[in-house]
Amino acid sequence: MTNRLSLLLIALAALLFPLLAACGGDDSPAATPTKAAGTTAASTEAPKPTATPEPTKIGGSMILATTTSTQDSGLLDVLMPMFQKQTGIDVKVIAVGTGAALQMGAKGDADAVLVHAPTSEKPFVDSGDLIEGKLVMHNDFILVGPSSDPAKIKGLKDLNAAMTAIAATGPFISRGDASGTNTAELALWKAANLDIKNVKGREETGQGMLATLNVADQKNAYTLSDRATYLANKKNLKLEILFEGPKALLNIYHVYVVNPAKHPGVKLAQARAFVSFMVAPETQKTIADFKKADYGQSLFIADAGKSEDSIGN
Amino acid sequence: MEQLWSGFVEALRLIANRDSELWDVTARTILVSGFATLLAMVIGVPVGYVLARGRFQGRTVVLGVVNTGMGLPPVVVGLFVWLMLVRSGPFGGFELIYTKRAMVIAQFLIAGPMVVGFTSAAVQALPEELPDLLAVLGAGRLRTLWILCREAHLGLLSAIMAGFGAVVSEVGASMTVGGNLQQSTRVLTTAIVTETGRGNNDRAIALGIILLVMAFLVNLLLTAVQQRTVRARGG
Repeated sequence: MTNRLSLLLIALAALLFPLLAACGGDDSPAATPTKAAGTTAASTEAPKPTATPEPTKIGGSMILATTTSTQDSGLLDVLMPMFQKQTGIDVKVIAVGTGAALQMGAKGDADAVLVHAPTSEKPFVDSGDLIEGKLVMHNDFILVGPSSDPAKIKGLKDLNAAMTAIAATGPFISRGDASGTNTAELALWKAANLDIKNVKGREETGQGMLATLNVADQKNAYTLSDRATYLANKKNLKLEILFEGPKALLNIYHVYVVNPAKHPGVKLAQARAFVSFMVAPETQKTIADFKKADYGQSLFIADAGKSEDSIGN
Repeated sequence: MEQLWSGFVEALRLIANRDSELWDVTARTILVSGFATLLAMVIGVPVGYVLARGRFQGRTVVLGVVNTGMGLPPVVVGLFVWLMLVRSGPFGGFELIYTKRAMVIAQFLIAGPMVVGFTSAAVQALPEELPDLLAVLGAGRLRTLWILCREAHLGLLSAIMAGFGAVVSEVGASMTVGGNLQQSTRVLTTAIVTETGRGNNDRAIALGIILLVMAFLVNLLLTAVQQRTVRARGG
């Protein structure tokens, strides 16, 4: 009788192993073998990518740390299949807050980082964790609020004056999540010489842009949003654009390779291929055209190769 | 209410059109959570049995830890597993992070204590002389375990349902260790978060309804098994 029982347990164990294998199946790094193409020289250890290197199918997988707003815009859903088709690389797009994305780069938990908080990025560039950074694109932030506009910022020309007016009347909803948007918001208060503690009715949601917009919408409050998220959700919101335009509200995206000298596990070839891809002319055109038909304006302005100072002119 | 209704309609539409993304996500949910619960059972039931029947120093403390584990916040488990599996972590070399296997590990740690706790309680509720009686009748250790499990099946099936329910509905750990990757690790709960974050409330509600229906069907099946022998005994 114990034989039957032991048999059952062995059968159970036998069942588990193939399930384990099946479970792992499509997660193993793309088994695409490295194609020994004639031009592989460009994709291996070339120190600086040339003008427009031909993308070669190097395969493999990589982890891209990026932000939730980049992911939510839907841009990566268009770009990643393009990238996979061109290079055979399977990209695991991990969308977290900017702070978390930069930390992932600092610890070597990602191979490439795509973020939009230049002031937050700087320490990681200086420390050598993020290298070979390239300017990719930009869009802008806008101040949105209730149509009643109690702080009367609509029509104001000076950003600091607008921030001061909001601080006086409130309420203001902040993301409070160390994201690029949050970092930009804090910089705006600072530029206007305002302490966030003195902003009337300022609350932090600790969540993404849409969640924050929903809170601001329900509470008839002001908030700082990126234009893309606002436009995509305008139909569900009563908030209106009340202030836009100045250079201080630019939202600039950079892509970086995580330094393999500091973090040995980094997949350098794949990360470099990704950076090259993001600034390649075809990609840049795709970025510029993204959802242009839906909104009558570009959600992102493609900037590869431009000088940082010339953006937004 | 209108939103709920349109969500319901969207759910029917998705099912009728055999939406491939929906199918993938649902199948993945059952695979990951089912496998994690199975593992929890295979390891948890014997452990629960040993805890129930064993008499050793510190047994009460261990049981206390297990009972605490039953209430462990899944998001905390997720964070812990993530720290263990990322490249900079102790097990980073295994490249398990952001895979279904990582999700199974996290969900196993969530369901495991539940299975152990419920099993322990169910076995402790059995007549104390029963194992001795079985030994006298000549049953080996494995055979005894099998018979006791059958006797305690009411509690054990509750253990499975509790474990499965806990992991199929959790989102924090799955999101953190799985990464919510569309092709490989997105499950129903993380898909709901994604759709909500994009403002696609209809689709989010539809996914929620499908998750509930799926969980109900699984639990209905298990409950039927649980209750069948009760009726058979005229109980």
